[in-house]
Amino acid sequence: MSSMFDLPAGMNRRHFVSHLAGAAAMAAPATAFTNSLLANATDLKKRHKAAILLWMGGGPSTMDLWDLKPGAPTGGQFKQISTSADGVAICEHLPLMAKQMHHMSIVRSMSTREADHMRGRYYMHTGYVPNPNVEHPGYGSVISHELAEQVSGLEIPPFVSVGSGSVGPGFLGMTWAPFVVDSNGNVRNLDMGIDPTRLDQRLRMLETIENKFIGEKRGGSAEDHKKVIDKTVKLMTSKQMEAFKVMKEPKEVQEKYGTTGFGRGCLLARRLVEAGVPFVEVDLGGWDMHADIFPTLADRKLPELDKAMAALVSDLADRGMLDDTAIIWMGEFSRTPNINGGGGRDHWARSWSVVVGGAGFKRGVAVGETSSDGKEVVTEPYSSQDVMASVLKSLGISLETTFTAKNGRPMKIANSGKVIKELFI
Amino acid sequence: MAWMTKIFPHSPPCRRSAWLAVCLCMLLAAGAQAAGPADGEHFGIPQVKFINEQITAGWTDAGLKPSDAATDAEWCRRVHLDIIGRIPSLVELQAFVADSSPTKRPDLVDRLLGDDFIDDYARNWTDIWTTVLIGRDVENEMVSRPGMRQYLRRSFSKNIPYDRFMEELVTATGSNANRKDVDGFNGAANFLSGKMEENGIQATAKTAQIFLGMQVQCTQCHNHPFNKGKQNQFWELNAFFRQVRSLRRFDGTRDIQWIELVDEDFPGEGGNAEEAELYYELRNGLMKVAYPVFVDGTEISRTGYVPRTVEGGGKLGANRRRELADLMKASPLMPKAIVNRMWGHFLGYGFTRPIDDLGEHNPPSHPELLDGLAERFRQQSFDLKELIRWIVLSRPYALSSRASKGNQRDDPSLGEKPKFTHFYLRQMRAEDLYESLLIATEADQSRGGEEAAKKKDQWLSQFVIAFGTDEGDDSTTFNGSIPQVLMMFNGDLIKQATNTGKGGFLDRVAKSDMKNAAKIATLYQSALARHPSPKEVSAANEMLVARKGDAIGALQDIWWAVLNSNEFIINH
Repeated sequence: MSSMFDLPAGMNRRHFVSHLAGAAAMAAPATAFTNSLLANATDLKKRHKAAILLWMGGGPSTMDLWDLKPGAPTGGQFKQISTSADGVAICEHLPLMAKQMHHMSIVRSMSTREADHMRGRYYMHTGYVPNPNVEHPGYGSVISHELAEQVSGLEIPPFVSVGSGSVGPGFLGMTWAPFVVDSNGNVRNLDMGIDPTRLDQRLRMLETIENKFIGEKRGGSAEDHKKVIDKTVKLMTSKQMEAFKVMKEPKEVQEKYGTTGFGRGCLLARRLVEAGVPFVEVDLGGWDMHADIFPTLADRKLPELDKAMAALVSDLADRGMLDDTAIIWMGEFSRTPNINGGGGRDHWARSWSVVVGGAGFKRGVAVGETSSDGKEVVTEPYSSQDVMASVLKSLGISLETTFTAKNGRPMKIANSGKVIKELFI
Repeated sequence: MAWMTKIFPHSPPCRRSAWLAVCLCMLLAAGAQAAGPADGEHFGIPQVKFINEQITAGWTDAGLKPSDAATDAEWCRRVHLDIIGRIPSLVELQAFVADSSPTKRPDLVDRLLGDDFIDDYARNWTDIWTTVLIGRDVENEMVSRPGMRQYLRRSFSKNIPYDRFMEELVTATGSNANRKDVDGFNGAANFLSGKMEENGIQATAKTAQIFLGMQVQCTQCHNHPFNKGKQNQFWELNAFFRQVRSLRRFDGTRDIQWIELVDEDFPGEGGNAEEAELYYELRNGLMKVAYPVFVDGTEISRTGYVPRTVEGGGKLGANRRRELADLMKASPLMPKAIVNRMWGHFLGYGFTRPIDDLGEHNPPSHPELLDGLAERFRQQSFDLKELIRWIVLSRPYALSSRASKGNQRDDPSLGEKPKFTHFYLRQMRAEDLYESLLIATEADQSRGGEEAAKKKDQWLSQFVIAFGTDEGDDSTTFNGSIPQVLMMFNGDLIKQATNTGKGGFLDRVAKSDMKNAAKIATLYQSALARHPSPKEVSAANEMLVARKGDAIGALQDIWWAVLNSNEFIINH
């Protein structure tokens, strides 16, 4: 039985659950998990769902990308251009994305409170603020865990992080940890550097020792170890590993995404989703522009982003994958409407934008509004939890699930975020 | 021989003697893997006797039979891992197994707790307590990990009493980093330096959790859902930390260079420093007031002033953290919390799960034993080495990890309370794995000191995801992941450990004049503390054939397999 079905570690602490008053909801974790699977099983079986998170490390200035205020004192240097989405205008330096906006939607009324890099990153990835007593799972762990049923034949990890380590699986356990690769698809320590026959001999020797120890019936961890070894060997020898070989894409395709790290990372994400991976996170850092923001954006960051993101969206659409793949674009926070003395913008979480698209989302709309100077949200504000709840809904994942953290505390999926109704009809 | 008459009442005397002779022969033959000391053995240590009696009573009550004793080799490997965080070297192992003295176990324990191993001991417990006190986050600018480690290494080298250890951590002031240009370095300050955000709620929660075994963090916002903790208790405990300031110090750049932990007057949120109160909000929005009150209800002075002498020679003020430390020292919870933690470290599970959640809502598996050991620990002036001695010389610690038919249902991993009828398996911590790989390959590196610690930190940082980031993890669940396995299959450390270079471990074994069988046995002894089975020997010989006479290559393959096995990484 695939260990993909292991319940989160917290669920073994039966004695905690048994103490909880009104245990109906609390006893639910195991059943809620199964229920959410069963309820959605038939749906999920039909098509393989996936999500791609484009993570903009450093806090991109969304006011200069997706919600421009030309003419305002805080407006900055960029002009806006119209897009393939009626009534939605974005930055002039994203011309390729402008042609893809009919596939995407902007949430302009984000309002959050974490303007520290570490805290913001954690909060936007998990929907929870950092807590010394609980490790919450990030998007990748939650979504790959919830889509577990569709990955039973997958020999490569269900959650791949291209670039940095993302945020960990927390109380969901190591099975749902991010598998980190670089943008060339290289996996650390994957290559044994010895010929396959010799590797095979070593593995058989290893198996002899492992089986002997397991046969002595000393405890479960002996077998658990072997299971992970088996999974690893499967990975190393799997044909599905071809999906990581991004350099095998035809040259024109590689050039369409751009030969930057981020471009290759997005292309890798498309390949992995095609191979059946339910969650890929691709990192693009360097957005922490406290100085010289406009030349940096115009000359370097935006062209890189524009090319890769537009290629990814159009590629998914062309291949008929977009309806089953949710795309999320966001950073840990945004940047101040006021421009500072160094020609840059500082951290700002009070009013900013997140971009989503694909899957079950309504496409081509801008949700919410900010004031004319961009400093305030003037419609209903939305939080990280709300975005997470909306992403889950777009993939057909139940919002009723409650996990149990290791200390016995119930943890509602997406921290009880509410669905952003304007993103669905 | 009266007992023989009882067993063989009708046999003639000569037959009884023959039977006795046969028994003796069997005993001698079993000598090499002798199953330890006699069952009731407590080596003249009354606390060991107490533990044995209590655990045995638990077995009887549960209708369970204990497993056989572990072999000498298994016990030797186990006790090295648990006390000094590494497996025994081949030489150490062989010496112990060959020793026929009836006191060899207490003698080994004395040595491991003594001067010969003082560096290893200090390193191991520094590693353990660093994770307990400040977690595994290497990026927190408010904490100096080298500073913390320096304090811990010193404390464990000197074996300072645990109550003093606790007090030094809770009341620490000074600079957290050891810098040439900074005075007043106190590594102990690193416990609280990173926990003072938001009026020290983390400091409150972690102090209660680690030193009193109380989970109070839920009660920051509401009464605890299933223990008796009340919201006012959290804030009354938090009040003890209100004089603390964790001051950031810079040296001209934007980055924090070090932290100064100080106690300052707390004016109180109501503006009356003599009755310095704090306010907290109930869930219904009502504001309540809190003064420093200990968890047992003891109130202290409400003054927020730090102690000073006034004109006329009078004294005023109170150091709230000092008061807290004194109250904690006197509390029965304090020794219980540490006994539970130490028991859990050696036996795999504490008397409660989790180990730092004591209370009526979470009854311990062996209440009299927990209370009794706590009392004896206090009477022994909180000497951690003594506590370790009692635990490792006890009978439950000497049992095999093989469950028997009579105790298969004693399986805490299924949620049952542990009965300690057999040794529970657990995975080596990442730090122990690192040290053990170095020992197994006789790597000639000095393993103490800050340089080595930095190198180890670097290697360990790749584990943070691979081994799991939650420091509260039960070590009894295997926390493996694919990246961890890949790292063990092919990472730098394993490449180093299996290298065939001149003068290295494999080279020396290959070039020795031992027969093949002995060479293979050496690998097994070095890593697994046992001989290979016949099946393993023939598998190993197949490797040799496959390598077409490349003897060292074959040894390398076998060594690779041994080091990657569950048996190596699991403490059994």
